[in-house]
Amino acid sequence: MNILVCISNVPDTTSKITFTSDHTSLNTSGIQFIVNPYDEIALSKAIGLAEGGNGTVTVINIGETGTEATIRKALATGADQAVRVNAVPRDAWFVAHQIANYAKDKGFDLILTGRESIDYNGAQVAAFVGELLGIPSVSTAKKIDIDGNAATVEREIEGGKEVLSIPLPLVAGTAEGVAEPRIPNMRGIMSARTKPLDVIEPVEVPVLSKVVRYETPEPRGAVTWVDAGEVEKLVDLLHNKAKVI
Amino acid sequence: MSVLVYTENNNGSFKKSVYEVVSYAKALADSLNTSLTAISIGNIDQSALASLGNYGAFRVLDVSNDQLKQFINQAYASVIAEAANYVGADLIVISNSFSGKGLAPRVAAKLQAGLADGAVELPQIDGDKITVKKTAFSGKAFALTELTSAKKVIALNPNAFELRETGGNAEIEPFHPTIPNNDFATAIQDIVRTTDKVTLPDAEIVVSAGRGLKGPENWGMIEELADALGAATACSKPVSDAGWRPHSEHVGQTGIAVSPNLYIAIGISGAIQHLAGVSASKTIVVINKDPEAPFFKVADYGIVGDAFEVVPKLTAAIKAYKG
Repeated sequence: MNILVCISNVPDTTSKITFTSDHTSLNTSGIQFIVNPYDEIALSKAIGLAEGGNGTVTVINIGETGTEATIRKALATGADQAVRVNAVPRDAWFVAHQIANYAKDKGFDLILTGRESIDYNGAQVAAFVGELLGIPSVSTAKKIDIDGNAATVEREIEGGKEVLSIPLPLVAGTAEGVAEPRIPNMRGIMSARTKPLDVIEPVEVPVLSKVVRYETPEPRGAVTWVDAGEVEKLVDLLHNKAKVI
Repeated sequence: MSVLVYTENNNGSFKKSVYEVVSYAKALADSLNTSLTAISIGNIDQSALASLGNYGAFRVLDVSNDQLKQFINQAYASVIAEAANYVGADLIVISNSFSGKGLAPRVAAKLQAGLADGAVELPQIDGDKITVKKTAFSGKAFALTELTSAKKVIALNPNAFELRETGGNAEIEPFHPTIPNNDFATAIQDIVRTTDKVTLPDAEIVVSAGRGLKGPENWGMIEELADALGAATACSKPVSDAGWRPHSEHVGQTGIAVSPNLYIAIGISGAIQHLAGVSASKTIVVINKDPEAPFFKVADYGIVGDAFEVVPKLTAAIKAYKG
């Protein structure tokens, strides 16, 4: 199996998010960047499928030189090779075009992304890539089984799941349950240094949207304390003051 | 310029979130001095289709076709794009549901439209410029995104917009799109519904619990409180990681972000990753025995106490209030 895994470089989940004084970009000082947690699931699944000489795992990232640490981590985890598209990942539309452009003549059987990135939260890339390549896509996959030239994919729906049968090639956005995240071992870390990491230049993509400003949520007012012995008072507050029940 | 709204088919009927997107799309159409058309795909009862008129759709395109009975994102995207061209819609509104997330990007790509997903309120409109406020950084921030393309797609978060009845009537028009065969590669083998109760992303009230509950065997009282309130149940990440509850209940930065009217957190300390997923809740109640729990800093109402004593009393008080 020839598998492409798309990874993004995102702030660690414990990060406090602040913006530059003009509110137009993330304040990256003091922020540790990691492989997007959902992309780690995608990567772990791909490595599992390719294990034992069953295939090749290629990792693709859209980013400037600063993201290479993240890419090396993916190689250390077990990917065979990597490609970095040398550009700022402007938005999901731009990123999806770079992925589709790279993948279009490589014969990938499976293209995996995380179901969303935890920074800009577009759960968009998987479906964009599917549309650009004219192949099926599943945006929130909970389980993926490959059997010959087809996949059985469980997709999250509100209050349950759908079981889909899809011919390869396909694009899937992976969620929890698809695979247990793998951690690089020492041998992986050593070998990652010598695995191929190609750098290619981006294709041009028309701008369809742009972020003009970031805001952080309004701080909430002070907490109103209710005594543990007076839960009726809480019910009264929720009904008469908050008007939510 | 007109507005098209996709009304998601949930097993043959419409959920509340459908009326939310229709109300939202109607408000948008009014701001743009234009009309609103809805498109329904799959077999839906005529009276349900007509009910869309009461929320502002003047016309409903009804695609009833055996091939399209069940949701296949590729095929549904082709239908919606064709409908947008047919009615001359420049703005398409879709619910940011699980299905919507698989659909909206494909519709946007077909129309070369800019996409803002996770919208939380009506956009700012300035001539042709539409700027949408959407969630970013998993609820830790908002991004004001300007859609600069001629055609635009907005995916609205559930519970972000109130229902607005207009008392109008909708004309139902059968619509017969041509769909490429290639769009039907995906086949649905099975649909498994694990709950017949209100589902977490759509819930107006959520009762959520954490490690303070000590074990999965203690979730009975959480479910009783949820039942008394008509709420969905949820949990923190350590709880789903430990297998006490399914991943689909995990609320937080790497789980589901929710935006209910009322979020009740029981025995959850309030790690930054969890708080990200609940920041859009209108009212937050925190019950925790540790008065220093960080969750109290973002709570509207707080009770310091033992969950095993407070929760059953609260359930009884809710039942008494509801009579």
